[in-house]
Amino acid sequence: MSVTSILFALAFYVATAVLVFGLLHRIVDYARTPAPLKIPTTPAPTTRSGVVVRMAEEVLLFRSLFRSNKWIWLFGFAFHAALAVVLARHLRYFTEPVWLPVQLIQPFGIYAGLAMVGALAMLWLRRLAVSRVRYISAPSDHLWLLLLILIGASGLAMKFVAHTDIVAVKAFFLGLLVFDWQPLPTDPLLLLHLTLVLALMIAFPFSKLLHAPGVFFSPSRNQADDPRERRHLAPWAAELENR
Amino acid sequence: MAKLDFDLPKLGPNLEIPVLQPDAMLGDGPFVAKPDHQDKLGFPGELVDDWQQVAIDKMGELLGKYRSFKVYLDSCVKCGACTDKCHYFLGTGDPKNMPVARQDLLRSVYRRYFTFAGKHFPKLVGARDLTEDVLDEWYNYFHQCSQCRRCSVFCPYGIDTAEISMAARDIMDAVGKGQKYCNEIIGKVHKIGNNLGLPEPALIDTLEGLEEDIKDDTGIDVKLPVDVQGAEVMLVTPSADFFAEPHIDGLIGYAKVFHQAGISWTISSYASEAANFGMFIGNYENMRKVSQRIRTAALELGVKRIVFGECGHAWRVAYSFLNTLAGPFDFLDSRYPVPQHICELTNDLIGRGALNLDPSANDDKVVTFHDSCNVARASRMGDMPGGQFEIPRAVIRASVNRFVDMADETIRDRTFCCGGGGGLLTDDLLELRAKGAMPRVQALQQVVDDHGVTHMAAICAICKSQFSKVLPMYGLPMDMIVSVHQLVGDAIQLGTKD
Repeated sequence: MSVTSILFALAFYVATAVLVFGLLHRIVDYARTPAPLKIPTTPAPTTRSGVVVRMAEEVLLFRSLFRSNKWIWLFGFAFHAALAVVLARHLRYFTEPVWLPVQLIQPFGIYAGLAMVGALAMLWLRRLAVSRVRYISAPSDHLWLLLLILIGASGLAMKFVAHTDIVAVKAFFLGLLVFDWQPLPTDPLLLLHLTLVLALMIAFPFSKLLHAPGVFFSPSRNQADDPRERRHLAPWAAELENR
Repeated sequence: MAKLDFDLPKLGPNLEIPVLQPDAMLGDGPFVAKPDHQDKLGFPGELVDDWQQVAIDKMGELLGKYRSFKVYLDSCVKCGACTDKCHYFLGTGDPKNMPVARQDLLRSVYRRYFTFAGKHFPKLVGARDLTEDVLDEWYNYFHQCSQCRRCSVFCPYGIDTAEISMAARDIMDAVGKGQKYCNEIIGKVHKIGNNLGLPEPALIDTLEGLEEDIKDDTGIDVKLPVDVQGAEVMLVTPSADFFAEPHIDGLIGYAKVFHQAGISWTISSYASEAANFGMFIGNYENMRKVSQRIRTAALELGVKRIVFGECGHAWRVAYSFLNTLAGPFDFLDSRYPVPQHICELTNDLIGRGALNLDPSANDDKVVTFHDSCNVARASRMGDMPGGQFEIPRAVIRASVNRFVDMADETIRDRTFCCGGGGGLLTDDLLELRAKGAMPRVQALQQVVDDHGVTHMAAICAICKSQFSKVLPMYGLPMDMIVSVHQLVGDAIQLGTKD
């Protein structure tokens, strides 16, 4: 067992803990913070089931973004859809036997990887070329795109440029899951790929990637439009009534 | 008309996205509230000594009280979807009027004091200290947001800049830097009951004068009752309806509707205001205090129903917040929505054949309808989502023969603000108001040119005042803007149903 393998094994435990507990902490915080007023952006559904449909349209189809700007929607949607396929495809490194759906999407993974990097490149181009978007970009906004592109590119490079021993990689990750550490191949591309993924996992709960849980807690999207029918009162607002 | 000391944006055949003009609207912002205005609302009279700490503490308090504030500050990915959606950006080109950039004025401070990344890597994530310059910038640019929510329609996460600007104003009030226009008005409501500071005798006098006008006009005794115990309906309407043109013609329209339908109604001198500027300053306690007057008045008068007159943000507070702020209203007649909009009431009456409307009375007009932002994007009318678009149009169509909508992308939930909402309807912000009206006026000019539109109807007191002021700047007649219930009032055939 090399020092590299041990370091990566430890790093993945730490990064997973940071990602999971960081996100949980944030999600619990969002859930506990009251929304004292009814502020759905109207027209809004009047029932909870209607809200589920609205939220599904937002999360799965990016409906509001589609109404806003077709280019951002195209690249943003392509990136997220491709990322979903790529992530699902990577499940084969964590499951034995590999689940059937994961087996079935394997042929699409490479195309998704290419689409993901292409969409990210277009998003970055847009960020640089459209003066309004350039104006609102902080260094971190550029770095996120760079990080994601490098993750995608290093992954693709292991397919198209220099293969790694994926059987050993799989053994490493399966071993991590059961605390039975296995050696990790030390190909530079693989280590680069994994290091960048670790960075993403650790930074996720402290960054704008919080939009992923955040969208579910957005009162303008997740509230039903029923203020006349149901009295809505936050605990801190109820206290004002007892004064 | 007096010459303007600023250049108006040009109206083109299409709405163009302007080239960025950094600092185009740099300035000191609107007049700052005096200690007297601040005191009445429970705010410090002037900038407190340790204002930075007070501001950060207040921000922390709001982060714990408002999920919207916290989630919206965290969730923005700077995608740019909102950057061309704000009428103030479209009218001024100032990049700080792009919704995300406006949010970032505050988000940068949030990140510095409340996030790991901002505390340790401020440059990387665009975090900054709260300095006096930042406070001044907040004061200027958070008073260039009319809280119209157009950006929130287009944001993939529904981030609503109105929530951020309300929080910013609440923080500024907490450190002693409030806005004169809003805070002076809220003080008047707390003391007297309406934005104008119009006391009961003056109100009664004004309404009696109106009764005489209607009598002279129609020969019919149409009443505008005040403080009538046991009336069926209490009408809560913006006080601008009592004196301003074209608002007053809307009030006459409501009176004629009540008259013909035979509904007993009254105005309350205690709650003689529908507007609630407490929302504009983002202060829950003041908004609640203003709302409570309506509950008190309804209980004291023993009415069965509460109906709101034409006012955009008032309808938002009434429809979305009143039950929360001043409910429960279990003492009212549960067969009617609480509260009910005057357009809902009129539309129901039209549907039941209780009104005799002759639309040919308005044949001198070709009418379009301006969806007011708070009605469109923050409320509803009727039972179905989108009723806030259909019901006013149904009322107009029943009252006029020629109705034309403006371009699709400028109406309904994509409507443009008049440019004067959100506590900005003050002459110390005239340049902003004039420029911010451009997108709406552009769409209006188009239907004037293409369809010969002569009048634009609205259901918001602020919209009506704002358009009366800015339409002439763009070469359109001042009296082009009318109340929806002016059209109803002109079409109604009094004496035919009595």
